[in-house]
Amino acid sequence: MSLRPDLAVIADHVAAGSRVLDIGCGDGALMAALRDDRQVDARGLELDPANVAAAVGRGLSVVQGDADADLAAYPDQSFDYAILSQTLQTTRNPHLVLDQLLRIGGRAFVSFPNFAHWRVRASLLWGGRMPVTKLLPERWYDTPNIHHVTIDDFRALVKERGITVEDAWFLNNGRRTGAAAANFRAEHAVFLLRR
Amino acid sequence: MDNRFGLDRRVTLAGPLALDSGAALAPVEIAYETYGTLAENGGNAILICHALTMDQYVASRHPVTGKPGWWLQMVGPGKPIDTDRHLVVCANVIGSCMGSSGPASIDPATGEPYGMAFPVITIRDMVRAQAMLLDHLGIGRLKAVVGGSMGGMQALSWPATFPDRVEAAVVIASTARHSAQNIAFHEVGRQAIMADPNWRDGDYYGSGSAPAAGLAVARMAAHITYLSEAGLTEKFGRKLQARDAKTFGFDADFQVESYLRHQGLAFTDRFDANAYLYITRAMDYFDLAEEHGGMLANAFRETRARFCLISFDTDWLYPTRESRAVVQALHAAGARASFVELSSPFGHDAFLLDSPEMNRVIHGFLRNGG
Repeated sequence: MSLRPDLAVIADHVAAGSRVLDIGCGDGALMAALRDDRQVDARGLELDPANVAAAVGRGLSVVQGDADADLAAYPDQSFDYAILSQTLQTTRNPHLVLDQLLRIGGRAFVSFPNFAHWRVRASLLWGGRMPVTKLLPERWYDTPNIHHVTIDDFRALVKERGITVEDAWFLNNGRRTGAAAANFRAEHAVFLLRR
Repeated sequence: MDNRFGLDRRVTLAGPLALDSGAALAPVEIAYETYGTLAENGGNAILICHALTMDQYVASRHPVTGKPGWWLQMVGPGKPIDTDRHLVVCANVIGSCMGSSGPASIDPATGEPYGMAFPVITIRDMVRAQAMLLDHLGIGRLKAVVGGSMGGMQALSWPATFPDRVEAAVVIASTARHSAQNIAFHEVGRQAIMADPNWRDGDYYGSGSAPAAGLAVARMAAHITYLSEAGLTEKFGRKLQARDAKTFGFDADFQVESYLRHQGLAFTDRFDANAYLYITRAMDYFDLAEEHGGMLANAFRETRARFCLISFDTDWLYPTRESRAVVQALHAAGARASFVELSSPFGHDAFLLDSPEMNRVIHGFLRNGG
């Protein structure tokens, strides 16, 4: 089974044998890949009970909960990596969630859909409507994405909070694309952060 | 044929069993059942811990009520707790009344039933007695310990008490300590029993009349805590019992009254009032953090066991936040923990009912744990 492109990027860059907390782990696809391919000790946090059941059924350790409320209960620096994939834009307080990630993990992977991608811009500019795209398929009133963010917004936020960007990857159509003009050209970004 | 294994087994162990109270119990009688076959290496055993008023008849017909096992949908060939793959053990807790040592047992010092001379026991004492049974059965290490409600307390206490003897714990609709509200409801039940003139300070076994009225009231009060308000409303509402109008009297006019009275009375046919006192006391004394210097996480620092916790959204007896507190302590201790809150209209009792989601989680957790 192949991983979602942003998860594949993350899976490629997690050190073997490390301890990982996957926040918003879904049915545990990334966790299972990390465990099976890289002997990673992975734990998960997931909102949807059906996803939790599916992940537990894979033999994974997953706790039902949400990023805004339940990260505070994890001890400081208890993981090598905290992973937040396609979840940041759904949280109530993304800036506080970022702080929690780097309190719990030595490093954090954060991936999100880029709201400044040219197709989104075109949709707003020419259509005058909130964009509905492959990565952002819900309409404005039923989307879980309550905090849309662009790559440049994200860079500004991590700078403001004194967080170091250790690496970044940009995706378009599921394929890697260069960092040049990423805020315009990339549909999706993956950042590796540390304090 | 090894007669230690099978249905309706009894064993008398010499003991003594040192109890948390400082007293000792000897001999220790344990009534239990086993299902399935112990593997050559002894590594496929699952212990099921029962709740307050349950017993060892987890998947076989109850000798008193004739009803099928209380967790048939969970335990059996091909079921989530699969007796084709595992040796499943379920033992009556000490303090109870279905064959294990309890207040109705004969006190060797007097030749009479213990009554109130039976020592007060704790959840951890129940677990220690189960460990003695496992020694007798030649089971060193459990593949898993599984329990709901009071059984979940035992399942939590197991890895805390015997960190090296258990690989996984499944804790359903349970808690790491009894709350003031939990204790309060139990105290209502105990006072109902003790207020029954037939109770006679617990010395009623030879009198020919047990404190059935008191025990029935205790059961009625407790039974309310096992259900949800929405469940009661859906099942009974304000419907009248076999009548068209209120009687302006104190008969069971309402169906819910009739139901509770029936639950209370039926319970007295199969349960001993003193056992009810002792087991509720054990639950009230349960505070796993207190046993470990006030830090729940310390209870799990020694163990390598995996944990799976399940709560139900309408359970107000042991609500989800109690399970979350355990999960947080497990995280603090670095233990591998899974947790899910399942949706059910049935309150605390949901853990005894057929739930495809619960089955799926437990099946997956037990089978794919590595």
